[in-house]
Amino acid sequence: MAKRLVVDASWCKGCGICAEFCPKKVLKIVKEKVSVVNPNDCIKCGLCELRCPDYAIYLEEVANEE
Amino acid sequence: MASELIMKYMREEHLPHIWCPGCGHGILMRDVAQAVKNLGIDQEKVCLVSGIGCASRAAGYMDFQTMHTTHGRAIAFATGVKMARPDLEVIVIAGDGDVAAIGGNHLIHAARRNIGITVIVFNNDIYGMTGGQYSPTTPTGEFGTTAPYGNIDRPFDIAVLAAAAGASYVAKGTAYHAQQTIKLIEDGLRHKGFSLIDCAGICATYYGRKNKKGSAVDMMKYQRDNTITFEQAKTMSREERSGKFILGKLVEDDFPEFSDEYQKIIDRLKEAKK
Repeated sequence: MAKRLVVDASWCKGCGICAEFCPKKVLKIVKEKVSVVNPNDCIKCGLCELRCPDYAIYLEEVANEE
Repeated sequence: MASELIMKYMREEHLPHIWCPGCGHGILMRDVAQAVKNLGIDQEKVCLVSGIGCASRAAGYMDFQTMHTTHGRAIAFATGVKMARPDLEVIVIAGDGDVAAIGGNHLIHAARRNIGITVIVFNNDIYGMTGGQYSPTTPTGEFGTTAPYGNIDRPFDIAVLAAAAGASYVAKGTAYHAQQTIKLIEDGLRHKGFSLIDCAGICATYYGRKNKKGSAVDMMKYQRDNTITFEQAKTMSREERSGKFILGKLVEDDFPEFSDEYQKIIDRLKEAKK
């Protein structure tokens, strides 16, 4: 199963924890919301999901890699 | 939409929660959901009890059998639930003020009895909901709205307190170390007797601002860079230990569990009556 990074900006409060601790610097806070700025660098480690206090970012299992 | 984990174990209609941006409680609440999922515990057999405070809002957000009770009394209510229904997995989520000040007596006696409930403390060292008053875990010298010149009290270490009172499983986690904390909560849930996991949270809004600790990100970095084990803590002086977070298990022991012992009395008396 492949994984896909999903963001629900409506739940994001812009704390910046996900962006700061992303090991590949995939995320950035733009206008107080999380934004995926380097999607190709994402290694799907899931650390953002683990530390997002607002459940606004997560990995979703998908049948095939897009 | 949220992840499968959140959709299954949280009441989505109450989300996003009202905790502040960067609040460690959101991370810790997810840890609890993940631990329950990892153990494959039947969601309907979990009773989550909370008292009053920021942390206690978890009982509203999490989709288990839940009780949102009075300030400090979550453990007392949980004791009643466990005695009536020993088959349930009874979890208490409480803040540091709720569990160690208002409910301090319930905490020590539940630990002493070794009743089979799991207490997960969301410990942010301050009363957040009521506006940043110092709590029993606020370190000496730190500031709160009720300690404008610095706190002169010495703080409780809730884990050490529970251990001294006789808890049979005691551990400490942090918001930053989510993976390890999930594991520690799992072990606490699996443990038969009274378990307590004291989790260091992050309150950037009150504790952080009052004490010039920076943003939630800065406080997370501080946790990352200043977390030690119980073994390391033993070799350090009091000065070296101050300001450090501890990650790991303090106690894991096997004592008779209270509801089991109570059932034995019932069985014995029934047997004698025959």
